[in-house]
Amino acid sequence: MKRQLASGVKEIIIFAPMVSRAAKAGQFITIMTDEKGERVPMTLVDWSATEGWIKIVISEVGLTTLKLGSKEVGETLYYLAGPFGNPVSELNSSTIILVGGGVGVPAIYPIARSLSRNNTVISIIGYKNANSILYEREIGEVSDEVIIATDDGSKGQKGFTSDALRELLDSGRKADAVWVIGPAMMMKACSEVTRPYAIKTFASLNSITVCGSGMCGACRVSVGGKTKYTCMDGPEFDAHEVNWDELILRLGAYKEEEKRALGRYILRSAN
Amino acid sequence: MKQLTERERMAKRLPTYRIRDFDEVELGFTEDQAIREASRDIRFCKASCMLGCPVGVNIPEMLRLVAEGNYEEAYRRLIKKSPFPAITGRVCPQERQCEMFCVLAKAGKPISIGAIERFVGDWALANNVKEEATIKPNGLKVAVVGSGPASIVVASDLARLGYSIDMFEESHMAGGVLVYGIPEFRLPKEIVRKEVHRLKELGVNIRLGVPVGTAITIGELAREYDAVFLGVGAGHPKFLNVPGENLLNVYTANEFLTRANLMKGYRFPEYDTPLRVGKRVAVIGAGNTAMDSVRTAKRLGAEEAIVVYRRSRQEMPARAEEVLNAEEEGIKFEFLLEPIELLSNDKRTVSGIKLMKMKLIESSNCERKAVVPTGDTTKLDVDTVITAVGFNPNPSLKIGTNGLDTDDMGRIKVDGQGRTSLKGVYAGGDIVTGEGTVIEAMGWGRRASTAINEDLSVR
Ligand SMILES: Cc1cc2nc3c(=O)[nH]c(=O)nc-3n(C[C@H](O)[C@H](O)[C@H](O)COP(=O)(O)OP(=O)(O)OC[C@H]3O[C@@H](n4cnc5c(N)ncnc54)[C@H](O)[C@@H]3O)c2cc1C
Ligand SMILES: Cc1cc2nc3c(=O)[nH]c(=O)nc-3n(C[C@H](O)[C@H](O)[C@H](O)COP(=O)(O)OP(=O)(O)OC[C@H]3O[C@@H](n4cnc5c(N)ncnc54)[C@H](O)[C@@H]3O)c2cc1C
Ligand code: SF4
Ligand code: SF4
Ligand code: FES
Repeated sequence: MKRQLASGVKEIIIFAPMVSRAAKAGQFITIMTDEKGERVPMTLVDWSATEGWIKIVISEVGLTTLKLGSKEVGETLYYLAGPFGNPVSELNSSTIILVGGGVGVPAIYPIARSLSRNNTVISIIGYKNANSILYEREIGEVSDEVIIATDDGSKGQKGFTSDALRELLDSGRKADAVWVIGPAMMMKACSEVTRPYAIKTFASLNSITVCGSGMCGACRVSVGGKTKYTCMDGPEFDAHEVNWDELILRLGAYKEEEKRALGRYILRSAN
Repeated sequence: MKQLTERERMAKRLPTYRIRDFDEVELGFTEDQAIREASRDIRFCKASCMLGCPVGVNIPEMLRLVAEGNYEEAYRRLIKKSPFPAITGRVCPQERQCEMFCVLAKAGKPISIGAIERFVGDWALANNVKEEATIKPNGLKVAVVGSGPASIVVASDLARLGYSIDMFEESHMAGGVLVYGIPEFRLPKEIVRKEVHRLKELGVNIRLGVPVGTAITIGELAREYDAVFLGVGAGHPKFLNVPGENLLNVYTANEFLTRANLMKGYRFPEYDTPLRVGKRVAVIGAGNTAMDSVRTAKRLGAEEAIVVYRRSRQEMPARAEEVLNAEEEGIKFEFLLEPIELLSNDKRTVSGIKLMKMKLIESSNCERKAVVPTGDTTKLDVDTVITAVGFNPNPSLKIGTNGLDTDDMGRIKVDGQGRTSLKGVYAGGDIVTGEGTVIEAMGWGRRASTAINEDLSVR
């Protein structure tokens, strides 16, 4: 099944019984669309072990995600593997703030669902504008409170999620832990917001992945001055220890090649 | 005494041509050559060569059959010990295994056992030699985890004995290092594909994309199957642990080779996975992984591709033939240098390596000379660095959480036959020995399949 959530964002349900029976909040899968494709990681947003399906939400940012988004209902993927990565940390009887930005919002859904069982969950979800809002209802179902922020103020609070987070903390709200998922810049900004409050902050990193299984080292990040593997040691890390600038730098490693590949794909599809 | 005839030499493609593509470098013996080389064998020696083969191939028998032109029989007998001669003939470090123990080695002219084994394997593939035996299912189920050389042997051995086999591999292609590590120009993937296809013909059910450890645990497999074999290898890259390691254009060899070989990055943009190679590439290390990386870099357009090694030429652990091939291809070697920092002009991309000059000294407790820093440093300007400094056991199996005994390096502990500390669970290959060789991994696979069959028969 496939559903358009916003411009360039699609929700896809895939039949993958082996993955669905073992999936846990915070884990991801890797996918290849075709034999010549790249292997890319996608967060597990939802799943049903009894029915054997998993759900992902993709943002069409480049070649592979466009190819994935153009798959029609009933088509198969060349390769799908998982789950990979560690499940989200467990907490009890705490107040937790979850911050999701853009396509990071669906990624916080399973975490909110898992943590809301034994904790109070406040979700801050941020978008560019009112048109790009997605997963608002789903997040609402698994949160005690939802705060919406848009960059242009067309819905909810005006400003970034990091601004909304700062306001909330400045207003005196107490939180035992914060989770942030979204673009690296946003996660960096949010971790700076919580640092002075010394609130334990987790970020789910999205570094470039090749194998997803600890065999290539492409996904390496510096956390607390040590080199770690996002796919094996993460994807969740202590946000205050992450070397954000290095992550942002490494995410841009293949900018030129990605543009070239995308241009070629668009040209070919147009012909 | 009869004058010793010279060794036959395999024809190779000329370096100027071969560095422009990924086609195979060595062309293998012609039939005439194979017969001539096999006929050089000294019939009545003690066949000391067999001591050097980790799986005990009956080498004199193979040589006799090849000399007689009876390739099919040579193949059928050979695969009883070395099941994939087209592969082992190409990748075994013969100069340290069978050929080193040949009586003619002292005169510098050992029989080219590897090249003959390759000839036999290639002949069988080309002539589509088929299984003779019919398989009688015995009703027992075995789970094989991983699809590298160790696992392939366990699966094919047990399938022939009538076991029903499910093989679980997390990658999108079966073969382990044979497909993601060793490049096309040394081991054509078509050969691995054919051997994997044979497994399927034997009825082995290969399930790709299943990371055992998270998708299904060892405990679950042990409950569902009569036996479990773990052949998950050691491919978790070690880092240099020097400043600058996470700069752009610094790769681990596994990332570089995976992008190039498995994901076919060398055919970007036809294939989607990008790979960037600069003009001056340094590869740190001197094992097979380093040789494969440096030669791949050369083929991808590096003007200078340099091996940087902390010891000297004699200590290089790579297969001798490949060091030779690399030299012919214009690869440079810098010895007795150890990286202490990766440098960058723009704080983004690597631009050079700061190196400590090393020296070799006699060491009292081991055969190998020890290497120590001199205190002098030097600098090498490069725009790409590939690290090939070794591997740890693959982590995705999450061995520690399953109650399996491991040693201090995280390798699974087994008895001489591959039995682990858990009943019904066996292991072999690099996950047991650390980085080894293809044929050693196959040897462990053979031991484990024998043990599994024995243990399940007496039950
Ligand atoms: C653990 C994890 C979970 C993720 N979950 C999701 C998700 O649920 N939904 C979603 O839309 N995206 C997710 N991503 C990001 C997604 O994998 C990338 O957007 C995708 O790979 C881009 O590929 P492309 O070919 O479409 O774009 P490209 O044009 O190739 O790249 C666009 C940008 O994506 C990043 N990227 C490129 N290749 C990779 C790669 N192999 N691995 C990771 N990032 C890459 C780079 O920063 C690049 O600049 C996740 C990433 C990680 C590491
Ligand atoms: C670049 C390179 C070049 C080499 N060259 C040579 C050579 O010339 N000659 C030689 O003799 N040796 C060579 N070697 C060494 C040789 O390849 C290895 O010793 C051998 O492949 C080990 O075999 P294995 O079966 O133990 O494991 P591997 O070949 O490592 O295979 C392990 C497999 O298990 C899979 N796996 C891991 N974890 C899981 C999991 N949790 N669930 C499911 N699947 C999993 C992996 O994806 C992989 O496919 C080389 C090694 C490298 C890296
Ligand atoms: S398997 Fe390897 S070591 Fe044994 S005889 Fe053949 S080439 Fe030599
Ligand atoms: S290969 Fe060498 S050692 Fe082996 S049987 Fe022939 S001559 Fe003897
Ligand atoms: S993606 Fe290969 S080690 Fe993490």
